[in-house]
Amino acid sequence: MGRYILKRSLMLLPVLLGVSLVSFSLLHMVPGDPAELLAGEEANPEFIQALRKEYGLDQPLYIQYFHFISHVVRGDFGISIRNREPVIKLLKERFLFTLQLSFLSILIACFIGLIAGVISSTKQYSLFDNMSMVGALFGISMPIFWFGLLLMLVFSVHLRWFPAGGKGTILHLILPAIALGAASSAVIARMTRASMLEVVRQDYIRTARANGLREFIVIYKHALKNAMIPIITVFGLEFGYMLGGAVLTETVFSLPGVGRLMVEGIFQRDYPVVQGSMLLVATTFVVVNLLTDIAYAFFDPKIRYE
Amino acid sequence: MNEAKRTKTISQTEEVWRRLKRNRTAIIGGMIVFLFVFVAILAPWISPYPPNEGDLAKRLKPPSKEHLLGTDALGRDQLSRIIFGARISLQIQVVAVFIALIIGTLLGMVGGYYGGTLDNLIMRLMDILLAFPGIFLAISIIAVLGPGLTNLMLAAGIYSIPQFARIARGSVLSLKEKEFIEAARAVGENDLNILFRYLLPNSMAPLIIQTTLRMATVLLTASGLSFLGLGVQPPTPEWGAMLSTARAYMITAPHVATVPGLAIMLVVMGFNLFGDGLRDSLDPRLRD
Repeated sequence: MGRYILKRSLMLLPVLLGVSLVSFSLLHMVPGDPAELLAGEEANPEFIQALRKEYGLDQPLYIQYFHFISHVVRGDFGISIRNREPVIKLLKERFLFTLQLSFLSILIACFIGLIAGVISSTKQYSLFDNMSMVGALFGISMPIFWFGLLLMLVFSVHLRWFPAGGKGTILHLILPAIALGAASSAVIARMTRASMLEVVRQDYIRTARANGLREFIVIYKHALKNAMIPIITVFGLEFGYMLGGAVLTETVFSLPGVGRLMVEGIFQRDYPVVQGSMLLVATTFVVVNLLTDIAYAFFDPKIRYE
Repeated sequence: MNEAKRTKTISQTEEVWRRLKRNRTAIIGGMIVFLFVFVAILAPWISPYPPNEGDLAKRLKPPSKEHLLGTDALGRDQLSRIIFGARISLQIQVVAVFIALIIGTLLGMVGGYYGGTLDNLIMRLMDILLAFPGIFLAISIIAVLGPGLTNLMLAAGIYSIPQFARIARGSVLSLKEKEFIEAARAVGENDLNILFRYLLPNSMAPLIIQTTLRMATVLLTASGLSFLGLGVQPPTPEWGAMLSTARAYMITAPHVATVPGLAIMLVVMGFNLFGDGLRDSLDPRLRD
């Protein structure tokens, strides 16, 4: 297992290097002089020149990249053009919030998805199965931002059960987490149903039933445990999509997350903030995928030995 | 002899069509997609009002005989804007998916066929693109290119390249060791011919399925970007952009935000259903 983890972690390096290269390139692909872009619109020539020197922007590109990377690994993502605050400080506050939102969403998605998927598979073609699969279809087809607006209209404006936006308590996170988790719960429900249907047809499940085990034990102890293997991969992917989808949810509910920070950064041409957000979200996604692969190998020994 | 006469041979296309016709969800999905394309193409002729002309005296009116889906904040007819929005959405979907299909398939096929360093390089590049989760990659591309319709199509296209590359590569990898490819090599076919005359036609099924399903993803992504203000800009009647403007009137006139969202959902659902149906008909092995 240790060798597998090491091998899989090493495979991460080229991807992380590529991600950093893409983030670094952003400033150089945008039309205009990078030093002027970093200095902001109202900066005087002396300040631009000083920035050019400080960031090594008068150096060849590969030295600039090295400069960028050496700062990033020390947690220095530069200074925000708008706020004149270290980008890392902004990212820290905002990213923690996005992580909280994504965790809550994945919890909701897993809860709904797993239960719906398991019941659907045990009662195939029943009314519940049909309804939950139609629900799943709606879940994957609904735009997150529209669903968020509808939830807000019903539960915040009309029923007044939840606040309409902002942060503070767990109540502020419930509606955004449901909006963000809807599509994932649909994917998990479909995947769980398909995986369970395959497992419940296996001989060892028939044997478990023949041994007189209670149906509850057969389904939740024997079948679900084996059906979980392909479902785990979906968790990792869905968590990543939540980090992406959070951009939309945060905008709908006016939440101070990293997605909104990035979009604001684009509008304000605050490139260090955009670079930092890109780097942080992509790195998190890559690491989550690594953890998913490790979990996958843990549950399915065949993977480790391949 | 008689036996041979009785057995009617049917082509693969006929067989797929026969299976597709029997698939209820595919029929429903296909009908939604057909209606969407029909509305998009005929928009200038079937739209009751010009999409960008409004009457401020009639702003935020609920649905009525005169305006079947009501009016928006500038008194423009919602139905006309939805109809013209279908045209914009279809344009974005077709261009973006076409970009991804061509580039992704080429990269995937070349990587899969030649293998080695080239394959490694292409697939690591795809891994890097995939490292930006969901809509984040498209947003990052917009950060470089800037907002606008053309850039939105490019961003949505680039965002979809890795999926096509992976599918094309997978197909080529499973086919390139087959006898018919060996036979093609033996009769002296060059690599270009093998790639495009032998491997590509045999990899079409998963690529067609992905093209259909990707239409749905691209619509969700593109409307999301326009909702954020990073895609199509007002007053162009794009559904995501319409929703973004309608947010301010959610309480006073909820219909203004409900209709564009419903349109997006319906079309995405249509492509999803049709794509699933196609998958079952083209390659039943790929079924869940």
